[in-house]
Amino acid sequence: MTKTTTLDVQVADGADDKYRLKMGPQHPATHGVLRVDLELDGETIDKCDPQVGYLHRGFEKLAEHRTYAQNIVLTDRLDYIAAMANNVGYCVAVEKLLAIDVPPRAQFIRVMVCEMARISSHLLWLATHALDIGAMTVFLYCFREREVLLELFAELCGSRLTNTYTRLGGVRQDITHSIMLKLQRFVDEFPGHIAEYETLIDTNRIWLKRTIGIGPISADKAVDLCLTGPSLRGSGVDYDIRQHIPYAAYDQMDFEVPIGETGDTYARYRCRMEEFRQSNNILRQCIERMPPGPILGKDAPDLIMPAKPGRKIEFDAVAGNALIKLIDNRDLYMEGDVYVATEVPKGELGFYFISDGMGRPYRMHIRSPSFLHIGALATIGQGVMIADLIAIIGTLDVVLGECDR
Amino acid sequence: MEPIRIAARLQEKFPDSILGIIEHRGQVTTSVARTPIVEMIQFLKTEHQMNHLNCLCGVDNLHRTAHFVERFEVIYQLYSVEKRTLLRLKAQVPETDPTIDSICGLWTGANWLERETYDLFGIVFNNHPNLKRILTPDDWQGHPLRKDYALKGDQEWSGFEQLKEKAAQLKQFEF
Repeated sequence: MTKTTTLDVQVADGADDKYRLKMGPQHPATHGVLRVDLELDGETIDKCDPQVGYLHRGFEKLAEHRTYAQNIVLTDRLDYIAAMANNVGYCVAVEKLLAIDVPPRAQFIRVMVCEMARISSHLLWLATHALDIGAMTVFLYCFREREVLLELFAELCGSRLTNTYTRLGGVRQDITHSIMLKLQRFVDEFPGHIAEYETLIDTNRIWLKRTIGIGPISADKAVDLCLTGPSLRGSGVDYDIRQHIPYAAYDQMDFEVPIGETGDTYARYRCRMEEFRQSNNILRQCIERMPPGPILGKDAPDLIMPAKPGRKIEFDAVAGNALIKLIDNRDLYMEGDVYVATEVPKGELGFYFISDGMGRPYRMHIRSPSFLHIGALATIGQGVMIADLIAIIGTLDVVLGECDR
Repeated sequence: MEPIRIAARLQEKFPDSILGIIEHRGQVTTSVARTPIVEMIQFLKTEHQMNHLNCLCGVDNLHRTAHFVERFEVIYQLYSVEKRTLLRLKAQVPETDPTIDSICGLWTGANWLERETYDLFGIVFNNHPNLKRILTPDDWQGHPLRKDYALKGDQEWSGFEQLKEKAAQLKQFEF
């Protein structure tokens, strides 16, 4: 007879003998490497304890050792589903810190790519959220439209996911006529597609039963949990940074912010579906009113931004040699601190910078919406069923790259 | 009300705790002592509707040459959704005793932000319900965002060896 060995699993006894389940980090419905430690009473969750950090790459530490221009690539890896929105958020914050002007055309392009990112992020959210709940078909429809947007990103900057499209003081490449035509076609067709998604699930009996009254958050509770974005607005709080503290060209755009009432999963779903329509409107306005002009400001720092003040590296166009020139742009190397927030698809993405007069941030803090949303899961997930927890993780719309940084 | 006037009101209410009011790029920062931080934020939250906590983070001033008081600072970024005003509080935390009171009683969401600050800076939050490491593993040595913590170390994480042993153990069961 062969000897068998078992793994050393400790079994508690008495009151401690609760059914404990570690959901994740490989579980597909946790949207990345999220682990949720659950204590169960039957199928009801007694205690919900989310664990994060699997994707921690130390961006805040790394950023202190790189120049402002070099840090743009790090922001792609935060919310990799809507990298464009992160790029814009980072650049808006650095431009405020270093007082860099952005020309109007670049402002409009930024709004345009932000809204494209919002639509593509919400499409992925709808696809996976519906898939988690059991509606497989929606996934295929959503990815059809998301593909169009990703192809447009690829044409615009050569990359589908990690775009690194913005520059301090503008954007990298100009919009071509071909992109405008393709976007125009997308904008014309997209409202029809939204109606398609709604036919699939909006009045579907299973969808309604799985979302209405699930994970309700009152307005006060949502503010207390520091929720932002559609997760907050679904509870009826009117807080959208695009209107509260407008950045880029949002102050020239005409759009509404959809507000929910009930604060349950269905209300948040409706909010995001309305945001599709609003984003589509903003895209249409961008196409109609795109101003001509340069895409990069005159005083924009070079991509090879020196880490110390007083010098600037310039390339001799003929010989290809690097020349070091003196500059007197004191603002670029001014001391001070700012906190600038932008509205990314998930919520409020804030950057807190301290500049100590060098070309590198002395301190860069990233306030990511997903981090706080997962933190709120411990409260919202208490007392619900396991199946509903999946719906709640989906409805909070979290991405772990942004949470762990 | 203008943020600068809210800061002035705060100074009237807590004259001993306000160390200075600075305006930079249109944003107002109030440098404050670490006591009574909870009462000060409570005052702003109830009297001036600063109901949204944008961000809470730590700062290590070790390598700064000017414009700082103590080695550590905890930044509280507050926003009023109704009145649309931003105000930043900068609480001074000394190196010898890096502790400050927790504001988890005011915002449940502050829980994870304070855990993050504890994890990365080693600032201890008094009365915090669950002050554990969050982004780094529980047995991690040191606090990575301190300025005297090297960007690149010469050691592996201690749990890495255990992880390799566990993997070898699992291989026995043909996982």
